Amino acid sequence: MYDYDYDYDYDYDYDMLTEAEVERIALLGRLALTGEEKARYARQLSAVLDYAAQLANLDVEGIPPTATVIPIRSVMREGDAVFGSLPRAEALANAPSTDGASFVVQATLDND
Amino acid sequence: MTDTSLSLTIRAAREKLRAREMSSVELTRAFLDRIHALNPSLNAYITIMDDEALAMAHAADERIARGDDTPLLGVPIAIKDLFSTRGVRTTGGSKILGNYAPVWDATCVARLRAQGAVFLGKLNCDEFGMGSSTENSAYGVTRNPWDETRVPGGSSGGSSAAVAAGLCCAALATDTGGSIRQPAAMCGVTGLKNSYGRISRYGLFAFGSSLDTVGAITHDARDAAIMLAAMEGCDPQDATSVDVAPIRADLSGLQDLRGLKVGVPKEYFIDGMQPEVEQRVREAIAQLQALGAEVRDVSLPNTSLGLPVYYLIAPAEVSANMARFDGVKYGLRVQGEDLIDTYMKTRGAGFGAEVKRRIMLGTYALSAGYYDAYYIRAQKVRTLIKRDYEHAFETVDVIAAPVTPTTAFKIGEKADDPIKMYLEDVFTLPVSLAGICGISIPCGFDQNNLPVGLQLIGPAFGEQRLLDVAQTYQATTDHHLKKPSLSLSL
Repeated sequence: MYDYDYDYDYDYDYDMLTEAEVERIALLGRLALTGEEKARYARQLSAVLDYAAQLANLDVEGIPPTATVIPIRSVMREGDAVFGSLPRAEALANAPSTDGASFVVQATLDND
Repeated sequence: MTDTSLSLTIRAAREKLRAREMSSVELTRAFLDRIHALNPSLNAYITIMDDEALAMAHAADERIARGDDTPLLGVPIAIKDLFSTRGVRTTGGSKILGNYAPVWDATCVARLRAQGAVFLGKLNCDEFGMGSSTENSAYGVTRNPWDETRVPGGSSGGSSAAVAAGLCCAALATDTGGSIRQPAAMCGVTGLKNSYGRISRYGLFAFGSSLDTVGAITHDARDAAIMLAAMEGCDPQDATSVDVAPIRADLSGLQDLRGLKVGVPKEYFIDGMQPEVEQRVREAIAQLQALGAEVRDVSLPNTSLGLPVYYLIAPAEVSANMARFDGVKYGLRVQGEDLIDTYMKTRGAGFGAEVKRRIMLGTYALSAGYYDAYYIRAQKVRTLIKRDYEHAFETVDVIAAPVTPTTAFKIGEKADDPIKMYLEDVFTLPVSLAGICGISIPCGFDQNNLPVGLQLIGPAFGEQRLLDVAQTYQATTDHHLKKPSLSLSL
């Protein structure tokens, strides 16, 4: 059955993501969201996921997944070719904070 | 005053330079003047490279004086702002990279530079390529040169508007789900989306890594072939780049289309699309037939599934690719209480609404408990979509279809409704999922004088035939020669 849905008219009559779910996803995605954003994304993500739910009814038994369209296989490298590496000054050129030799970041480990 | 004297193909520009009718510096100055006059209203360029462009033009003139002759030598072109350009600000259309200046060139940029092309500037686009209207750029929307109240399409809206308005001879662009073909259609120019792997993506900001492709927006198919020839070929820096027989850039050979089998998929002509788009596309197919092609019906039964599949797979890849923006090595940093807080504040402030939406969607689709139901299932349906085309190409050489369901829409019209916006790409997404090639060429206008595009679709690495067919069509029609009239007071 071909159901085009170009005039897809989504109502809000489906399972909405809860605010807690939105917060969990935002934390996983490392995104600080405002309250307004959380409400908007709960609504919009729910709509898109509802739209995507049409895939759930398809029979895909025995169909292999396509992760890439070109036949890539692992090969042994012929041998390491030595390239020049990026000069330190260039590597640091766009960093928001450096000490001239390294990127400066906040501590990742607690002292205690 | 209406000035179309800079609606120059690459070939016409080369001809002027070769004949010493003008120097590359003179030509480049003329383009820069026009850009400075028109860009305040069109907003096609994010960054105008005045000094660099003139230096490159000067170097090209020296090569020309020495008798050098390459297909792009001294020709002013422009670059979508997703490609790394050494030493030149590259934003990706994002606030998070507002002051970023790459320390290397993308491979395709380096190849164009080696040919002696002149870079006029960096072109506007939806943030990191995510969008269908250029409204998602942090640097403001680009306006359609045919009607400045309308979008130019996207994500390569700066590229399509710049070519249509005569602000460059050709423009580098990318297509992940339709980002070359759809804006080309909406601005009445030619856009070639190459097969996955044909052109190296090294130095291109990654969006959907199993989908991203490099291509160009040009005045016609012959220029599209020149751009492809200049950029293609395997690159050790991109493990997904593939070596195939090089394109024959001279397309002048084909007299007619006898022997060509053209498939027309019924799934691409649907209720709800703009009737004039269907009419123009059917007229174009009739023209292919008049040129000797045999037209037959084909079926691509999984077409409508392209949209839900794409909007699971692409965001999943987005959520991984955007992880690099952490405020440590480059780009914006908004300091927080600890490192995680810094990550979250930086990304919350730096990304626009659509990028955040896709990171959220992709993170959800890849999260524990949903991975099989959403992501793996989408990859399986992707296989079905790919097989549809493989099956069709057993009986036809190319597929002819619309590019978009409508002509260019009004700025703001779909901005608040992601699904309505995503539906703009319903005829281009399946081609991207299959990794095959497609070209958008102008095939007429609607009653508002807005351009309509014809999409020709070919199998993987079938660019030569697509370009030959497109060129034969353009040799016998004049839609691609029509340009918007822009008032210009210099």
